[in-house]
Amino acid sequence: MRHLLSVLLENEAGALSRVIGLFAQRDFNIETLTAAPTEDETLSRLTLVTTGDDRTIEQITKHLNRLIEVVKVIDLTDNEHIERELMLVKVRAEADARTEVKRTCDIFRGQIVDVTVNTYTVQLIGPTDKLLAFIDAIGTSRILEVVRSGVSGISRGTKVLSV
Amino acid sequence: MTEMLSGGEMLIRALHEEGVEYIFGYPGGAALHIYDAIFKQQAIEHILVRHEQAATHMADGYARSTGRPGVVLVTSGPGATNAITGIATAYMDSIPMVVISGQVPHDVIGTDAFQETDMIGVSRPVVKHSYLVEEAARIPHIVKEAIYIATSGRPGPVVIDIPKDTTDPNELFEYDLPDTVELRSYKPAIKGHVGQVRKAVQALLDCKRPVIYVGGGVVQGNAAPELCSLAYKLNYPVTNTLMGLGAFPGGDRQFLGMLGMHGTYVANNAMHHADLILAVGSRFDDRVTNNPSKFCPDATIVHIDVDPASISKVITADIPIVGQCKPVLNQMLSKLDEELNGREIDSEPIDAWWEQIDSWRESFGLDHDMYKTESDSGKLLPQQVIQVVYQATDGKAFVTSDVGQHQMFAAQYYKFEQPRQWINSGGLGTMGFGLPSAMGVQFAHPHSTVVCITGEGSFMMNMQELSTCSQYSLPIKIVNLNNQALGMVKQWQDMQYGGRHSHSTYADSLPNFVDLINAFGHVGLRAETLRELDEAVSLAFSDKHKSDLVFIDALIDPDEHIYPMFVRGGAVNEMVLNKHD
Repeated sequence: MRHLLSVLLENEAGALSRVIGLFAQRDFNIETLTAAPTEDETLSRLTLVTTGDDRTIEQITKHLNRLIEVVKVIDLTDNEHIERELMLVKVRAEADARTEVKRTCDIFRGQIVDVTVNTYTVQLIGPTDKLLAFIDAIGTSRILEVVRSGVSGISRGTKVLSV
Repeated sequence: MTEMLSGGEMLIRALHEEGVEYIFGYPGGAALHIYDAIFKQQAIEHILVRHEQAATHMADGYARSTGRPGVVLVTSGPGATNAITGIATAYMDSIPMVVISGQVPHDVIGTDAFQETDMIGVSRPVVKHSYLVEEAARIPHIVKEAIYIATSGRPGPVVIDIPKDTTDPNELFEYDLPDTVELRSYKPAIKGHVGQVRKAVQALLDCKRPVIYVGGGVVQGNAAPELCSLAYKLNYPVTNTLMGLGAFPGGDRQFLGMLGMHGTYVANNAMHHADLILAVGSRFDDRVTNNPSKFCPDATIVHIDVDPASISKVITADIPIVGQCKPVLNQMLSKLDEELNGREIDSEPIDAWWEQIDSWRESFGLDHDMYKTESDSGKLLPQQVIQVVYQATDGKAFVTSDVGQHQMFAAQYYKFEQPRQWINSGGLGTMGFGLPSAMGVQFAHPHSTVVCITGEGSFMMNMQELSTCSQYSLPIKIVNLNNQALGMVKQWQDMQYGGRHSHSTYADSLPNFVDLINAFGHVGLRAETLRELDEAVSLAFSDKHKSDLVFIDALIDPDEHIYPMFVRGGAVNEMVLNKHD
């Protein structure tokens, strides 16, 4: 099962390396990881995508909590939540292919953020499956470069993760 | 007016004010400012070791025997990396320790400077927490926090890596040690959840075949008196893990002996057939569970542990209780009184269970009288050696061990009555632990008898500390179970590799241990028979050698195996009981 964990972490040197080290050390899976300071600069907010059965996820959560610098951990997938990922894709778009690429980009509500004679750079925001669907639709043979930010997530409704 | 001190002075001052008596360490370039600060004071005694690994084990032995944090000081680079094994040892057994490592100055960090190592990175997987000092003025605060973290919750080692510029004697700062520390991200559990405690007590009263399975958490958490009260009140059988030995008295009728890979027949059988396991401060280590899918098939598991991550990690707990052993056991005791409300516990089901347990105990019990007569072969047996030492010390010595067969023989045959009496590396299994940890114990308890039970393989991993023992006149008694081989490896090779002793023997190249010991200025004795052993042990523990380090080289039967032993991949009651089994 795929899980989205949200972690509030002290924004200190070395804290992130402990989180990443933990996953390597205990053989936990890590699919994507995003990290940046919050509105309170003493805190970082991490979103982690991982997979595992309930037992593994429980262990991951417990071990994260055990790290001294981890303030709070929640599993966003326990409740309704929003997840978004940003992707930048450089695609080959020559001559007669240009309109086709542009149309696909519009369908996915992507934006073309850079243009050359032969290429478009497309910016796309959405849940991971939408981004992957775009890659499928364009076709890997046309894709020159893909950069994904990893998933960021937040709970729906009034629920917040704070100190 | 606040005092102005250098970073190095603040470090030592703060450690002293936090109650530190000893620092076990070894100087070097990056730590020299700190060493100068040590030179200028008398409050803390620094113990000069011969190898940084030994310093960590000494601090560890000090901590295990007192419950107070052990403190280590090493220099950067090799000093720091040499300390890693000892830090990992403490981490695996949850021992409070603060390791201070010198670091190259900030302006050269990252340049591959002389004796530079990323200590924070290297130690990260084996510490509870670590600090790289960025500002000298923060040192007292960091010391306070490090000791708090090392000793609270599930204890563990904390590293403070101190770049040399932050201890510069020419830069002075206002010394300010906070009274308390408050960490928003670290709030270890203390008491257990009331509802869970109630359920646990109910389960204890409803069961018919209970076993109380006690781990090192009870020793580290100073919860032995509460544990004993509960066990006596219920009249339930108790088994201790390797780390829990001493938490419940080894000579008590209710004690089944150690459980696990080399546990007793009765302890492992009781575990397997139990309908209720009360696990207290134990973590269902693989050396205890054998095959987890076959572990205690009929038992309801109640698990008390201060670390939530230990609960349901290996074996799913039916009634988990997160909290420190001592307060949780107290909660259980008062809940039990409340439930019983003056009435007696129905003893009938327990009587039947005790009958079963006693029959297991009688069928394959450990023979604690082997010291009385010579073995059939006439060769000295390791069991006899432990028993003779047990008799000579009246069962009251602090006993440290290394790792291997001798460790298991000591665990089986020395009946530990008190918590903190038995000191060994259980989790990491660190050979070379025995002598330096015994030294740490002796520093903490200068008037107590401290015995190191070792094997020649383990002993040779840290024997340079014999020199430290001379320097500080440590009267440790070392009993070397010399089988001229890496006994445990050899036993596995006998049992699982067709007797092919791949690199586990070295009989022709062993030193003359008596000469070796004498060369360090200590007393060396040799024993090859039970009679010689009796004489050597009497002499070693006599008043004549009260102030001497005495080493007994006991030449034991090299072919002796340690039994019982788990059948690999089996349930806990599947054991090989002897060589012919």
